[in-house]
Amino acid sequence: MEEMRKQILKYLEKNSRVELGELAVLLDTDEVTIANEMAQMEKEKIICGYHTLIDWDKAGEDHVNALIEVCVKPQRDKGFDKTAERICNYPEVTAVYLTSGGYDLIVTVEGKTLLEVSRFVSGKLSPIEDVISTTTHFILKKYKDHGTLMFRKNKSERMPVTP
Amino acid sequence: MRNPLSKKIVDIQPSGIRKFFDLVSSIPDAISLGVGEPDFDTPWRIREEGIYSLERGRTFYTSNAGLKELKEEIGKYLQRKINVSYDPNSEIIVTVGGSEGIDIALRAMLDPGDEVLIPQPCYVSYLPCTVLADGVPVTIPLKEENEFRLTAEELEAAITPRTKILVLPFPNNPTGAIMTKEDLEPVAELVKKYDLYVLSDEIYSELTYKTEHVSIASLPGMRERTLVINGFSKGFAMTGWRLGYICGPEIITEQMLKIHQFAIMCAPTNSQYAAIEGLRNCEDEVSQMRTSYNQRRRYLLSEFKKIGLKCFEPFGAFYVFPCIKEFGMTSEEFAERFLEEEKVAVVPGTAFGECGEGFVRISYAYSLEDLKEAVGRFERFIERLRISDSQEKQAAGE
Repeated sequence: MEEMRKQILKYLEKNSRVELGELAVLLDTDEVTIANEMAQMEKEKIICGYHTLIDWDKAGEDHVNALIEVCVKPQRDKGFDKTAERICNYPEVTAVYLTSGGYDLIVTVEGKTLLEVSRFVSGKLSPIEDVISTTTHFILKKYKDHGTLMFRKNKSERMPVTP
Repeated sequence: MRNPLSKKIVDIQPSGIRKFFDLVSSIPDAISLGVGEPDFDTPWRIREEGIYSLERGRTFYTSNAGLKELKEEIGKYLQRKINVSYDPNSEIIVTVGGSEGIDIALRAMLDPGDEVLIPQPCYVSYLPCTVLADGVPVTIPLKEENEFRLTAEELEAAITPRTKILVLPFPNNPTGAIMTKEDLEPVAELVKKYDLYVLSDEIYSELTYKTEHVSIASLPGMRERTLVINGFSKGFAMTGWRLGYICGPEIITEQMLKIHQFAIMCAPTNSQYAAIEGLRNCEDEVSQMRTSYNQRRRYLLSEFKKIGLKCFEPFGAFYVFPCIKEFGMTSEEFAERFLEEEKVAVVPGTAFGECGEGFVRISYAYSLEDLKEAVGRFERFIERLRISDSQEKQAAGE
């Protein structure tokens, strides 16, 4: 069953909209097995959500993303958790990671305009008590996101019929 | 002016696929399921290695038989995969695709009149290459009820005192058939009994979906009677790099090397360096491609079942070979009408030998999205054929 789970996850990670019947055929099992495994993995929080990868630029929406490096003063017994969990509460924040390297957290933030994101950083993020410093990197262009190329690939030059 | 041509070459028919290619090319928006090469790009690390090797100025010939490093990797790979060991210094020749291996093997082994057994349906080049090498091709028509495997009875019935070589093209293009160890054993016994040699074309060996590929060379007493052809085109998605290899006992490779040396010189240097990376570090990429092919294979077979199209379950390569006899037309008519009416190209089974009549080859080296679209059209097409067929029958009955 472990192997089946792995295969389901691998497939869903690329295409969470696949129909159960089709997935059952692709993975050589039946629909009920797939449905049960998925429900179970949702319960176990192995599957945490079914999101959609959107190119907001193409959708014509004003949309700005930023990666923010955050240095945090760790707290006795709690380390970085308390501050990180606090940062998670802001709806503008789309991801928070604890990382190795020259800073402690990477926070990704989403807003409509540069100004909005800047205001969030200066008004909300930086003033948090244990935040020592922040460095904001605005994302200018996405080439690849979630394993998916965001630019158009050249059309295949394969010949239509070959031996 | 005198005739510039040799009679031998004029008598050889051009590949049936070629004719169909021209037809398909004339329809610009056709969906093709006719391709015999992977839809995947060559794994990036292999391509990158190719680029680096050019940057480093590795643009010279290699030794005739190929780069030592590559031959050593091939040796290790074959040991790992088919459990047969070849001496990289004398028993492995790196060739320009698997195709060159077919050619030099037949030329090195045949004297005029020697017979070569060729199970069909099969890849298009064994027969003309045999003729070019002055051998006599003897085809063995394989049967759908045997899942297009070669049986000992079929083999024994075709053997004559002049038989020298058996071509063994499994996993098979165009049928997708494979031969398991149990299938190979009786064949190997006959090969030994009648003192034959085997040309085992294992170019699709990475692409099997039920059991691991087994080479006939790994069976007792068969290594010295077998030439193994393999390459990077299918499993590593490297068709355009033109790189394959042929391995066998030194007594044969020594002579093949002369042909290769004088006719080819060496395989492309750039491709050879890239392939080393493939053998060393691309097991994951190859296995991911295999998983994708397998999923598509299952998808197609399940759709065929829904439509009620007869198709044996193939476990190798990236082809399915459904039977279209119920529609009462030849494979060629079927393929042409399908192309005309629904703009989908499939290859008539007859392109791979007469016994391919009544079948078409469908390649699943396409994305699932493409396959879905094509299957939709396929369903529409055969529904229409069935309706008009039953109407005709009714009219005839009245």
